[in-house]
Amino acid sequence: MKNNGRFIKRAMVIGGGIAGISASIDIGNAGYEVVLVEKLPSIGGRMLQLSETFPTLDCAQCTLTPKTVETGQHPHIKLLTYSEVDQVEGKAGDFTVRVRRKAAYVDWEKCTGCGLCQEKCPSKKPSEFDRSMGLGKAIYTLSPQAVPNKPVINPSNCRYFLEKKCRVCEKVCPVGAIDYEQQDRFVEEKVGAIISAVGFDLLPMETFGEYGYGAVPDVIDGLAFERLNSASGPTTGAIQRPSDGKIPKEVVFIQCTGSRDPERYKPYCSRVCCMYTAKHARLYKHKVHDGQVYIFYMDIRSTGKGYEEFIQQGIEEEGILYLRGRVSRIFRDDGRIVIWGVDTLTGKKVEVSADMVVLATAIIPQGEAKELAQRLGIYTDEHGFFTEAERKLRPVETNREGIYLAGCAQGPKDIADAVAHANGAASKVQALFAKN
Amino acid sequence: MEYLYFPGCTLYTKAKNFDQTARDCSLLLGFELKELPNWTCCGATFPLATDNIMALLPPSRILAKAREEGTTLTTLCAICFNVIKRTNRLIQNDGEKRDKINNFIEMNYQGDLRILHYLEIMKQEIGFSQIKEKVKKPLAGLKAAAYYGCMLLRPFDEMGFDDKERPTLLEEFLEAMGAEPVDFPYKIECCGSFQSVGSPEVATECSYKILSSAIKNGAEVVVSTCPMCTFNIDHKQSDIKEKYLSFKPIPVLYFTQILGMAMGLDYQTLGFEQNFVDPLPLLKEKGFV
Repeated sequence: MKNNGRFIKRAMVIGGGIAGISASIDIGNAGYEVVLVEKLPSIGGRMLQLSETFPTLDCAQCTLTPKTVETGQHPHIKLLTYSEVDQVEGKAGDFTVRVRRKAAYVDWEKCTGCGLCQEKCPSKKPSEFDRSMGLGKAIYTLSPQAVPNKPVINPSNCRYFLEKKCRVCEKVCPVGAIDYEQQDRFVEEKVGAIISAVGFDLLPMETFGEYGYGAVPDVIDGLAFERLNSASGPTTGAIQRPSDGKIPKEVVFIQCTGSRDPERYKPYCSRVCCMYTAKHARLYKHKVHDGQVYIFYMDIRSTGKGYEEFIQQGIEEEGILYLRGRVSRIFRDDGRIVIWGVDTLTGKKVEVSADMVVLATAIIPQGEAKELAQRLGIYTDEHGFFTEAERKLRPVETNREGIYLAGCAQGPKDIADAVAHANGAASKVQALFAKN
Repeated sequence: MEYLYFPGCTLYTKAKNFDQTARDCSLLLGFELKELPNWTCCGATFPLATDNIMALLPPSRILAKAREEGTTLTTLCAICFNVIKRTNRLIQNDGEKRDKINNFIEMNYQGDLRILHYLEIMKQEIGFSQIKEKVKKPLAGLKAAAYYGCMLLRPFDEMGFDDKERPTLLEEFLEAMGAEPVDFPYKIECCGSFQSVGSPEVATECSYKILSSAIKNGAEVVVSTCPMCTFNIDHKQSDIKEKYLSFKPIPVLYFTQILGMAMGLDYQTLGFEQNFVDPLPLLKEKGFV
């Protein structure tokens, strides 16, 4: 790819979540080539883990899959999944990016995506994608609609890598695509602009001593609840608590777990928890009609379009009980979970005994975001989110020309805002390409 | 090895058994408690008001006098430990208050004492694995609930004693003694503290919850680190029994009494006569005495 001193009108998008996908499609549709780098085996990001989305309650996969498929089939988008950015050199119009393509131990050129290897793989370990709500195989794709639909082997779960025996996948693969000797390899891509859309993570439940350091059974986080509630999830959408598979009849949701707590955890608002907790509560009520939901909240921040109505509907029509106050402790007693909190509106201490607890844990940047920022030569704030060029007027640009931000990597956002942010980043890239 | 020792008022009265067993055991563990001369009351509460210098003077005076005698000060009572450790930290970090205090007490103390709880000496200075080797009569099969109360742990940033939500130091100690620690959710809950004076029913209720949770989780004995807690969860068991007829009393022992038993001290020197709920029937049944 010779550029001969010319401005390279080719973009890289790092992160294949809804923000990265949206930006890639926009730039691709404008006629420019895009390289989309995703660290997981397939694109879709966090949204792929969600069951339904607020405020419309439509199925996340149903709205996302057309986008992932479009990305996969787009003539101008080159997918580099299971890959990470290793090194970035150059400047706007002439970046050279070294990308590490992680060893999948499967030759994707040969693989037809038949799925036989996953079916026969004997290793079953708690699945990270399912937030440990279910078991996953050592050779896996993230979903049946994965784009690309090619599996990878997780060596830390694989019997062959751990014990040097098994090789079942190799035996059953009809095209001989399994390659245990595969190594990471590096490719170089030349691009003129980069969008960093690496998304978010959740503050681990192990952080919260008062909530049992993640060790109290049936205390799960918001993403785990999404997996429980997903038709594609480990329970095919049945709300069953993880300890014994029983249907929980009383569920407590705790908002602001780790958010808005400057003394101990994160001072900022994670922005999506009020809405997704209301959504969880309503979806739970749709499935467990005689169930009771309690939501502990500090304030309800429902500032998006149709959001407040969504909350009100939950309270008025679905009988969701909101308790204004925080929870000081959670522990297990007699097979149930005891929640100690306070109702600040009555000024009384509250004790609730529940079957399951869902913590709306704070949104934090991805673990590797800081390192990536260093490679890109951009700044992160004190919490590790990427810093935009100017808080109000330049929300998708960075301190470096040619490098832009999209989605939650810049700060907590809901899907609508992340997509709008990504659209903004994509149009900045197009403008940059058009004027050079 | 010698550590300066501040007993505090209760250990000379209601908790003599705590004091005596700690002194006896220390010799077996290879260190000596050197009692501070002319010590006074610690003040019993760390002031919540930031301008209450007066309340800081008694512990400051103790600290200043102790510094003349040595470099490391130890205590047993969780309340004394809390007050002394926090005052010491304040003197270390707040130059303005340090000057004011020193002017008041007419001494010059810079906050350079090390304050260690007896349990911390065992864990950090000696090590539970070393202590385990010195155990003569392991308390095999004794199901013991470690009750921390609040004063050892909170405020966490100032005390730095152990994990504030899920401490394990006492459990480690119990394991070294050969006993079986019982986990129970109320192990760091408040015993009711001084409410036992003004609103005794509050303290009774707190103690009832702590004890019944320990019992429900299989405890045969509750292990305490604090004379105040012990007053509430041991001595108040008669009040609990009056209110909750089906409540079955459970012995409450100081951790030093557990230590003494395991180190092979004669049970008659362990001061069990001061324990309100007599532990001897249980200990005899278990074959420890």
